Amino acid sequence: MGASQSGRVPEFQDLADKTGFSIEQMKNLHNRFMYLTQDEDTLRREHLENMTDLALNPIRRQIIEAFFDTRNMGEKEKGCLQEIGFEEFVTVLAFFKPPKPHIAEEERKTIKKEKLRFLFNMHDTDNDGVITLDEYKRVVEELLSSTETIGAETAKAISDAAMLEVASETVGRMGPDEFYEGITFEQFMQILKDIEIETKMSVHFWNLETMHCGK
Amino acid sequence: MSNSTYLCLRAVFLVCFIHLLIQGLSADANVVQSPRNRLEPNLTGLPIVTFEWHHVQTPYLVIIWIFVAALAKLSVIELNHHVTSVIPESGMLIIVGFILGGMVWGADKAQTFKLLPTTFFFYLLPQIILDASYFMPNKLFFSNLGAILIYAIFGTCWNAATVGLSLWGCYEAGAMGNLDIGLLQFLLFGSLISAVDPVAVIAVFEEVHVNEVLFILVFGESLLNDGVTVVLYNVFDAFVALGGPRIDATEIFKGIFSFVVVAFGGSFLGVVFAILLSLLTRCTKHIQIIEAGFVFVMGYLAYLTAEMLSLSAILSITFCGVCCQKYVNSNMDEKSVTTVRHAMKVLANGSETMIFLFLGITAIDTEIWVWNTGFILLTLLFMFIYRIIGVFLFTWMLNKFRLVPIEVIDQVVMSYGGLRGAVAYGLAAMLDKEKIPEKNLMISTTLIVVYFTVIIQGITMKPLVQWLKVKRAAHSDLKLVEKVNNRAFDHILAAVEDICGRIGDNWWTRGWNRFEEKYICRILMKPKVRKNKDYLFNIFHKLNLEDAMNYVSEGERQGSLAFIRSDEAANIDFKKQYDSEFADVMPDIMGDMSNYEFGIENVSITSIVKDTIPSISRDIHGQDRKNAVDDINAHHLLQQHLYRSRKHHRHKYSRSHFGINQSEYEVQEIFQRTMRSRLESFKSAKMGVNPAKKITKHHKKDLTHQMSNGHPEGKDHLYGDEAGIENPAFMPDMESPTHSPPWLMETEMDMAVAPSQRAQRRLPWTPNRMRRLAPMRISTCSTDSFLMADVSLTLEEHEEQPQGDNEEM
Repeated sequence: MGASQSGRVPEFQDLADKTGFSIEQMKNLHNRFMYLTQDEDTLRREHLENMTDLALNPIRRQIIEAFFDTRNMGEKEKGCLQEIGFEEFVTVLAFFKPPKPHIAEEERKTIKKEKLRFLFNMHDTDNDGVITLDEYKRVVEELLSSTETIGAETAKAISDAAMLEVASETVGRMGPDEFYEGITFEQFMQILKDIEIETKMSVHFWNLETMHCGK
Repeated sequence: MSNSTYLCLRAVFLVCFIHLLIQGLSADANVVQSPRNRLEPNLTGLPIVTFEWHHVQTPYLVIIWIFVAALAKLSVIELNHHVTSVIPESGMLIIVGFILGGMVWGADKAQTFKLLPTTFFFYLLPQIILDASYFMPNKLFFSNLGAILIYAIFGTCWNAATVGLSLWGCYEAGAMGNLDIGLLQFLLFGSLISAVDPVAVIAVFEEVHVNEVLFILVFGESLLNDGVTVVLYNVFDAFVALGGPRIDATEIFKGIFSFVVVAFGGSFLGVVFAILLSLLTRCTKHIQIIEAGFVFVMGYLAYLTAEMLSLSAILSITFCGVCCQKYVNSNMDEKSVTTVRHAMKVLANGSETMIFLFLGITAIDTEIWVWNTGFILLTLLFMFIYRIIGVFLFTWMLNKFRLVPIEVIDQVVMSYGGLRGAVAYGLAAMLDKEKIPEKNLMISTTLIVVYFTVIIQGITMKPLVQWLKVKRAAHSDLKLVEKVNNRAFDHILAAVEDICGRIGDNWWTRGWNRFEEKYICRILMKPKVRKNKDYLFNIFHKLNLEDAMNYVSEGERQGSLAFIRSDEAANIDFKKQYDSEFADVMPDIMGDMSNYEFGIENVSITSIVKDTIPSISRDIHGQDRKNAVDDINAHHLLQQHLYRSRKHHRHKYSRSHFGINQSEYEVQEIFQRTMRSRLESFKSAKMGVNPAKKITKHHKKDLTHQMSNGHPEGKDHLYGDEAGIENPAFMPDMESPTHSPPWLMETEMDMAVAPSQRAQRRLPWTPNRMRRLAPMRISTCSTDSFLMADVSLTLEEHEEQPQGDNEEM
């Protein structure tokens, strides 16, 4: 793989600039990508679903979907890609980069918005711009699905309550004929503005040892 | 002058009076206590009443001092509003201690009441530590454990070494004049003065409310550094005893090894006791009345056992509390949990008060004071400087590894927050005068250091925090959305780490969680509890409970619980007919009601309903058990009316669109029957419009009723309306004290609205009616829109309202 790797370095550079990873991290990620796809060029859903660790995760479906969601690639339309290349892989992972410690307030806000957008897209599966009760309920159900006894009732109750909360905070009073569609992105941001999402939703990307690099 | 000033003046007078009383009584306190013969040897006649001071002397003095301490706290609190929101409570208590000490000194010319090390370490300190660890936010603690350990271990060693060596250097340079001290003694002094004190940290930081990461770092450090302090103290104490020449590499190596043994041994012992405690609470189903006591007993045992084995007692009791909290809180009955929480707070507060009071009193004693300007000032200076250097140094190292770096401002606060307190004084007082001739100098210095940190640093902490714009703790409870999202984050991050193939923090957390779920919970938790211990599910459960309680108590207040009390026949009908339907619809917990197995639900509801029956029996639970038969009926009724599933409803949040569920006609019979009777009482109960801000509560409250009607969805009342009131259901770590239940703040308006929905289900509604309601719903429209739509009984409420309006106007 030596020859082909050296050819990729300029690619990495572009991607690294775009996403903010370092070259070292890009190399590691590339190795990981190769491992996941078993040396093919594109990653498909089956590759991710076959990971045993991920199987135990209650919301794996949505996370896997997130990787194949075109909205996270910067496009407006929701589309479901069947397979993604390395570039898309890294783009999605870039959402989880921790912010650099000394960055300007503006940049921090942008990062925060991007991460919130990612989360929002995860919830809003039909891409109508709002998270409706059904969509939220699905997420809650999956979150609770790891414990056997949780029934649909609980999920529904909790998601009802959550929606209620969001509405009461963001919309305030509504006229009698108004129809509360669901949570819009602005409301989502408003609700979650207190959580420091730029730091909470981050994973260490340094020292990314590819453990299963079985070459 | 206001009321509270009078009150505190009165308190002060009372304190002085009691004090003089004690002085008078204990004038012969130094006399050897005579044996219990009540009669004088030369008796002339039959004494009717005798004055037996010696008989009761010791316990009397103890109790009087506790009483005085409580009064002192009362007067301090009263003062605090006006003058001294500036000085922290602990500082005020020390000052009151000065005054009291002065009075005792004036009466006795000797300080008869001192803070003895044994009293402090055995009777006053353990409950504070147990309280701190029992309420420790575990997740935060363990995720920052690395940083905490670095500060605790290396930070303390650094402080001890540098302060000791610097002081020795200055001594050699002659800055302190002539003292009988050697290097080892300086090191010993350094080790006892370097420990950050948990009592002082809690006392000062509690009023400042910094952000949680900063708090947990300082606080965790203060708890865990005891391991190091004890080791260093004992090692240097032994070295001093051994003398300089006999110390060689072996001894030093033994010293380092002893650290490992003491620290890890203490922690391990704590964990063992935590396991024992959890197992105990698992089996205490039938003696729920005393199971709360086990927590205290086992905690104290952990402390004393570690002390006996010369391990670190504070570490032991810390880990006992930290590890057992989850299991104990799940296993024990809810009332016991509340009992434990309150009792612990009482004990801890009381101890803290006494400690600071006595720290003040102890100062007024001419025997101990040795003033050496150089020593004292240099100690203060070095302590300060080396703390700052140490914190910045270690944080710089830590930030290379942390995901969220610790900011500079937080570091400043951390270094300023290195408060010394009573532990340092206790250790100083335990020094052996023979071996350490300058013991009094050390005690004096320690006291000055403690006063400086607690009073001066305490006063300046708040302004400093404000001036530096430190991130403060979030005041509001986490909203439900945030909690769900937090839960989602854990999974998302774990998934991303999996995809990246990295074993990260989340991997460990997840691995531990899985291990814990599979093995530990099986052993330590009651089987019934294990099923329901999912965090979000607990929220659901608590909210259900609250709904039910609201419903029942509201009904009781309104006097419309007739439908519960009467008509057994109706119940039985329903039960037969709809039993199966209810069974599969009911969430697990409600299903438990039939077995009278001390389900939490049973006791809570019955205790609320039967609240007014006074009972002098100590077995409160026994009382509840007697009411079982009535309870069954009440429960089935609640089953039918409250927890009726809404699974048939379509979910659309709209006031204008809703769908009536076809299959619900079959249960309309039930509702109509009962609601008809209730409607009568409600027509009269319709009250005037309540002030605007209450409407929020109402509507959310009555939405709760709607919800409780069939399905416990009405979580709204819990967070929306009680601005500033703690919401126990959403406290993740169950730290909140019970607050006055929401329904106690409601007014009659609620009940007037709620039942009407059920009653008038079939009334047609028009947009006109709804518009008329709009002005009433000043701030709750949004909430209405969901639950209204979701409940197919939307209309009724609107129906009732206009009529209500009509009748008022």
